[in-house]
Amino acid sequence: MQTSDPLAVRVRGLRKRYGSTRAGFKNAVAGLDLDVAHGEIVAVLGPNGAGKTTTVEILEGFRDRDDGEVAVLGEDPRHAGRDWRARIGVVMQDSRDMSELTVLEKVRAAAASYPDARDPAEVIAAVGLAEKAKARTRGLSGGQRRRLDVALGIVGRPELLFLDEPTTGFDPQARRSFWDLVTALRDDGTTILLTTHYLDEAAQLADRVVVVRDGVVVASSTPETLGGREARTPVVGWDDGGVRRTERTDRPTAAVARLIASAGPDGEVPGLSVTRPTLEDVYLSLIGETSTTDVDGVDDSTRKAA
Amino acid sequence: MSTTKETALDKLDRRAGLDGRSTGAQRLPGTLRLGLVRGGVELLQFVRERDSVVFGFAYPILMLAIFSSVFGDDDPIVANGVPVSFAQYFLPGMVATGIMLSTYQTLALSIAVERDDGTLKRLRATPLPATSYFLGKVFLSLVTVLAQTALLLAVAALVFDVPLPDDVGHWVTFAWVFVLGTAAGAVCGVAYSSVPRSGRSASAVVVTPVLVLQFTSGVFFPVTELPGWMLDLSSLFPLKWIAQGMRSVFLPDAFAAAEPAGSWQHGATAAVLAAWLVVALVVGARTFRWRRHDDG
Repeated sequence: MQTSDPLAVRVRGLRKRYGSTRAGFKNAVAGLDLDVAHGEIVAVLGPNGAGKTTTVEILEGFRDRDDGEVAVLGEDPRHAGRDWRARIGVVMQDSRDMSELTVLEKVRAAAASYPDARDPAEVIAAVGLAEKAKARTRGLSGGQRRRLDVALGIVGRPELLFLDEPTTGFDPQARRSFWDLVTALRDDGTTILLTTHYLDEAAQLADRVVVVRDGVVVASSTPETLGGREARTPVVGWDDGGVRRTERTDRPTAAVARLIASAGPDGEVPGLSVTRPTLEDVYLSLIGETSTTDVDGVDDSTRKAA
Repeated sequence: MSTTKETALDKLDRRAGLDGRSTGAQRLPGTLRLGLVRGGVELLQFVRERDSVVFGFAYPILMLAIFSSVFGDDDPIVANGVPVSFAQYFLPGMVATGIMLSTYQTLALSIAVERDDGTLKRLRATPLPATSYFLGKVFLSLVTVLAQTALLLAVAALVFDVPLPDDVGHWVTFAWVFVLGTAAGAVCGVAYSSVPRSGRSASAVVVTPVLVLQFTSGVFFPVTELPGWMLDLSSLFPLKWIAQGMRSVFLPDAFAAAEPAGSWQHGATAAVLAAWLVVALVVGARTFRWRRHDDG
């Protein structure tokens, strides 16, 4: 059902506030715009409380909005029905399901609701739970439960999949194979809207990264170009009599040469480093946290520790 | 692990067919069919939860067995010169209690817990109709209450020699009290499931009212022994009327005189149960939430 609408998700001026006249209002989403093209993987990044989950839950039809236009697969989630729900898949945060059903029974029961479901056993194998297919949900580890959530989210063969912090609690190997799964789903034509705290996850998976802060989008681009060229300017750092100095420059080699020239007789520059801001650095500067490689940054101990 | 996964996904892709994604080509499964699927899920879940089987399902049968064994040798209970054994006197109250436990208590508890642990919200994200979810719940209630009542009557008749009615009239009364009581209990359970603020508080919040009502509704001892105000209060709730209706089925007609009104009050019973059914249905439909209290 690839309609004439080229966008799987189109959001304009989305607003949502919580609170009451008595306790005061808080704008969770404050005029947010978002586009997701068919077949695209978009990662939404942002600090806790930035409005990510609120936005996603409005798109999923769980929450009402105060203002703005929202079209998900061409329909307004507020009024969308079962047909629409059959075309989306949702993997939510916070899974505390203590069911006595087995993994296979759960996935089978979920599959029954969809007109064109995937084979439950194959979906379970695809998320790496084949050995646990006959195990009760109650006994699963946190990571296994998360993978079951993913299985339940994709068993209906969704056109658009929402993944809300899907790899929280995964060990590195499980995360890696989850990434393979997401990539395979994309190759299958699934559009994916992902929220995550993990910058490496966004860099690995996303065609496009959207940074949300205080309920608005502050940046949107490919992971490689996020923040623009300016943000990726290398930083030269050195110690100057116990004080950390940094300099942002497009010509780091020249800067280093100058430092060497002005160094003491042994030509040694104490604590010399040349770093290119990572996606994480760019992200942190976008959301207003002090990045460790900021020009005026003084302390890079956290960076060394990381 | 990665090789298993890739072959599995290859299979997924192949299943998608030549034209790739066949979305929309097939129709959504019917509400009734999905209700049955949910019913199967509920039943499977129920029998695997041992504590619910023991405390909800077996409770009235255990109580009947214990009380009848303890008091069985005492003097028979007499009304208008007609004696009945303790087991016979106790049976209607246990049938009524069983109905409340299998409908109201099971539903209110399970829905409250499923709301708290996110199961409800998760289901909301799928094309499962709300009606199918409730059909599944009602299916479970119906199956358990039928099995429970049948077992209760069998134990009473075979172990404690309680004479069961042998005329159609009494069984007709049994049928309508049973159906109306079950229906009212089920919708009350759905409506009441929104009251507990969390899954952890649910069992206390849900179980306490039935427990208290058991003592004030003539289940354990005759309502005539209660203070007037307590009887009036209990008369507002369904359990008193279900128990009274069941007494009219399983006790000799002479016992009608021992009721507070001096009669079985079938009309009032039907009216009160029907009123609960309608009110709880309206309240339940208006207050039902897919999400927790603290979740927006």
